[in-house]
Amino acid sequence: MTLVRAISAELRKLFSTRMWWALGLILFGYVAFTASVLAFVFGAMGEQLAEAGQPAPTDLAPVIYSIASTIGYVFPVLLGALVTTAEFRHQTLTPTFLATPKRGNVLGAKALVMLVAGALFGVIGLVGSMGTGSPILGLTGLDTELGSADTWALAGRVVIAMALWAVIGVGLGALIPSQVAAIVVVIAFTQFLEPILRLAPTVAEWTGDIVKFLPGAASDALVGASFYSSIAGSAGATVSLDWWQGGLVLAGIAVVLLGIGSLTTWRKDVT
Amino acid sequence: MATSTTIEITGLSKSFGSVRAVDNVSFSVRPGEVTGFLGPNGAGKTTTLRMLLGLVKPTSGTATIGGTPYRELARPLATVGTALEASSFHPGRTARNHLAVYASAAGIPQSRVGAALTQVGLDQYGDRRVGGYSLGMRQRLGLAFALLGDPQVLVLDEPVNGLDPEGIRWIRNFLKSLAAEGRTVLISSHLLSEVQQSVDRLVIISRGRLVYEGMLADFGGDARVSIDAPDRDELRVALTREAIDFATTDSGFSVAGRTAEELGRLALDAGVALSRLSAEGTQLEASFLELVSGGGLAADAPTGDEGSDQ
Repeated sequence: MTLVRAISAELRKLFSTRMWWALGLILFGYVAFTASVLAFVFGAMGEQLAEAGQPAPTDLAPVIYSIASTIGYVFPVLLGALVTTAEFRHQTLTPTFLATPKRGNVLGAKALVMLVAGALFGVIGLVGSMGTGSPILGLTGLDTELGSADTWALAGRVVIAMALWAVIGVGLGALIPSQVAAIVVVIAFTQFLEPILRLAPTVAEWTGDIVKFLPGAASDALVGASFYSSIAGSAGATVSLDWWQGGLVLAGIAVVLLGIGSLTTWRKDVT
Repeated sequence: MATSTTIEITGLSKSFGSVRAVDNVSFSVRPGEVTGFLGPNGAGKTTTLRMLLGLVKPTSGTATIGGTPYRELARPLATVGTALEASSFHPGRTARNHLAVYASAAGIPQSRVGAALTQVGLDQYGDRRVGGYSLGMRQRLGLAFALLGDPQVLVLDEPVNGLDPEGIRWIRNFLKSLAAEGRTVLISSHLLSEVQQSVDRLVIISRGRLVYEGMLADFGGDARVSIDAPDRDELRVALTREAIDFATTDSGFSVAGRTAEELGRLALDAGVALSRLSAEGTQLEASFLELVSGGGLAADAPTGDEGSDQ
């Protein structure tokens, strides 16, 4: 009962400030822009190949559609981390724990609400990537693959990945209460550290077995198509988990972060 | 009735590292009275209140409301209403949404949100973001949070801080009316003068230790009378002859244990002309400061008290 109440309180918290739609809007713009540029480039390539009498490239649509999570995943992480660290920053943990003294319920409710919010971000991202990518692909004469069940299965896996990323954000926020520090860690890891690490197998092949467990790689494995694996794949050095393994890795990371957070900062004195 | 809403603090201690912020404090707060919880900044008031509310874990000792620790209460906000500080708000959220969040969390009907805003006089400003609120409005919103569950027990940390004179008068009457309804009211302050018109009972701590617990009426000793004469030696002789306990001050003498009327008659009988005779009332603030001094402001407790000076 208290968990249900805590969930409804967390929903109210999320939707009563402007952050969720501000982040959602940026996510949409970023993904839509990248997907349309990519679709144009591929489309132009396709036309040139056709003029040269070569067959048109296939399987471009999944790469473009999955941009929603491939580059968009940082937004649900940020959302989860921001809503959690905001409790520390604005000292709202005080009224929160006064209303729900069983603190585990608060963290659990936050994780569940963020699972839903992350899924919503997944949908927003897909509207961005599919909404701009498919008409451009269509105009350039490439297959949009919108009639394919595989495409919609991919969309579903994008939503799952984005949902899990938001929960990872909650775990990070519980672990790193400083909002600035949490943002720096998220940006530095997702935008800098992991992209570099993921290219390591192109230099040293043995690293592939480690790199595939990186959260971003696991996320791409879950989704099943990715810009990054296309690049690394063309370099002939990609090792990827199965889609369900990728999902388990993401969920595992989320659970471990939440567990450590709930045993450390979340239990501390609120002064 | 009395037992279900009595606050009971027993042997409560809290150490932050090597610093003992609260040291073996025991007291109780009864229904139907306003109890003032006093001490200088850093004395451990906020830490004690936060331990009572399950926000800070005591090093030892217990704190219960009607025999139950806060974290075990089935309906916490409907049992104890709390206003701890004027800054626990998300600035981007409206006051109404702020209260709605915690009403949801505590299973309190949403109709209480508007009622609580009206009760503290914020109903017209409820749809504004809290970031634009003045300190006084934040204090009132804090109070609205405390009243949200219509609780029988109220714990208010420095509720007078930041209020204008009109707000201070309002909160005094408000607290009195809450206690008159049989509620248990505990308010903290670092100034006795700030709360002496509202409280019935006093609990005073200094540097983490309890130094006084009792009725306001029993605190600060007897009422004093200030008396002076053009010929002070003559008056001194008259007072000494009657074995009256007096202290010499810059403006004559300060007498305890006698009324102004008794002293006036004494002077008349002794044939001493008086230049001044006035009842001073009790020296509450002086007694309070005397009690909590002997070490000055204890800067040794890292509680949330520091911020409450502004």
